[in-house]
Amino acid sequence: MALGADTAVDPARWLLLVAVLLLSVVSLCLGQEWISPWRVISLPFAEPDSVTAVIVREIRLPRTLIAVIAGISLGVSGAAMQGLLQNPLASPGLVGSASGAALGAVLALYFFAGSWHPQSVPMAGMLGALLTTGLVYFLAGSDSSVSTLILAGVAINALAGATLSLLLNLAPSPFAVQELVLWTLGDLSDRSFRDLWVMLPCTVAGWLLLCGTGRALDAMTLGERTARSMGINTSMTSWRIFIAVSLCVGAAVATTGMIGFIGLVVPHLMRPLAGHQPGKLLLLAALGGAVMLLAADIGVRLIALHSALPVPLKVGVLTALVGAPFFLLLILRSRRQYLQ
Amino acid sequence: MSISRATRRLVARVSLDVYAGELVGLIGPNGAGKSTLLAALAGVDQDIHGTIELDGQHLHTFSAYERALKISWVEQQGAIHWPVTVERLVMLGRIPHLPAWGRVSDQDREAVENALRVCDCNALRQRRVTTLSGGERARVLLARALVAEPELLCADEPIATLDLGHQLQTMQLLRDFARNERAAIVVLHDLSLAARYCDRLYLMHEGTMAASGEVASVLTAQNLAAVYGVSVISGCETVPWVVPVERLRR
Repeated sequence: MALGADTAVDPARWLLLVAVLLLSVVSLCLGQEWISPWRVISLPFAEPDSVTAVIVREIRLPRTLIAVIAGISLGVSGAAMQGLLQNPLASPGLVGSASGAALGAVLALYFFAGSWHPQSVPMAGMLGALLTTGLVYFLAGSDSSVSTLILAGVAINALAGATLSLLLNLAPSPFAVQELVLWTLGDLSDRSFRDLWVMLPCTVAGWLLLCGTGRALDAMTLGERTARSMGINTSMTSWRIFIAVSLCVGAAVATTGMIGFIGLVVPHLMRPLAGHQPGKLLLLAALGGAVMLLAADIGVRLIALHSALPVPLKVGVLTALVGAPFFLLLILRSRRQYLQ
Repeated sequence: MSISRATRRLVARVSLDVYAGELVGLIGPNGAGKSTLLAALAGVDQDIHGTIELDGQHLHTFSAYERALKISWVEQQGAIHWPVTVERLVMLGRIPHLPAWGRVSDQDREAVENALRVCDCNALRQRRVTTLSGGERARVLLARALVAEPELLCADEPIATLDLGHQLQTMQLLRDFARNERAAIVVLHDLSLAARYCDRLYLMHEGTMAASGEVASVLTAQNLAAVYGVSVISGCETVPWVVPVERLRR
């Protein structure tokens, strides 16, 4: 997919994969009751019908899988957007589908608060993401440049944000406001396999679209026009990435709420490992995103178990709390590289 | 052919031929349409009226990758967006040669070594491109275009930011490139170097072709006065030279 003989990439790729697996096992072990890793792995074979096995299978496994999938989506989308815009400050939120998903989900919460169907919230989120993607496509036109696309995305973002504010403003009670706001903070608790099935089709479609864009992103290091002279169809590439990011980020947000900073910070962290090559970065950022979201979710549960907070901390709050200062540090360190 | 953009006609009814083994110079004042014409020839911009043929075949019948295998284009002050190493950046030029999902072959590596050597970039290979000077960047970007081993090289002001030594080195490199089955078109502002290295010249003026042909027939005092609005003195001792003297009132 990407270019260049590398000594740094392959070990990093395997290390990240091992980290994802290890953290997944830890995530399965962790909960109200700690189950040893060995027992977690042998549970489905040794005692498939025990209460412990059901807890692991029905509660902890979907939560872990959703963390991995949403983490991959956010990480790879951030890397793809930054590569496409040739800008290290781009984030997956730019495409508008994230706020569309949030708006859809909040609308569902507002009007029928889960009473109609248990998966109505993520499904409405998914619908919101798809609608905003279509709207951006309609606004920008099919042969638009990257910047028109982003402008359309930003406009849709603003519209969705305004509608969200309106809903909060008109909410019937403080409790409703709290519920809506808490939902947007990003959370992985109490997710089931049905939530996973809702997010999976669009997510996988997005991932597949992103496969094979690595080479075009590498070529765009030299600017859009030179990439075109090298045989790259840049407008097709930008649409492909735009739709892919809309699909997988929309699915992630519809299921988990807004989880900030992963799409921004993870590509930065991984970029030196990829030799700053945007194509190579995609896979590393995907794995890095999974590691970060799993780690944050484990962190949130550890804090809930060992502290006296009145309400559990939301995972999106933790990623933002850890991500923002970290991001500042990264900017200070890499200032010379980008701002000359 | 003609090229228009947003109601303005940038290049009107020009015709340009390049034959194998030729180094062709494209000269003219700022805004004459040289870069626009060159980008159209390289297939970067598609909105042109007229025809471009390569080996007797319409350029638009080639797929983008086939075209990229035959024509390389060096953008004027081309951008480099990420701090990759020089070696990796030059390797990007091999993209048209790579099979889908394929990996880099020994042949690709050899081409990179070759391009780094002829562009005098060997000492820079591990440097981050963001730490390079303007002239070093220009050399690296030329190496990126050469590494594709094209039949036609379209270089837009490749020597504008180079020092004297590297100007000569780059012109000689283009001269050596344009042999046998290969050819190059170069946009230049240095008329002395154009006279010395190019086989033929095209002189553009306000989107049209003011003169074309052998060097001596293009670089006449009348032509340069009409197009650039300057009087020149020129001669040929050891090497040909053209020096502007003063702006003419018009």
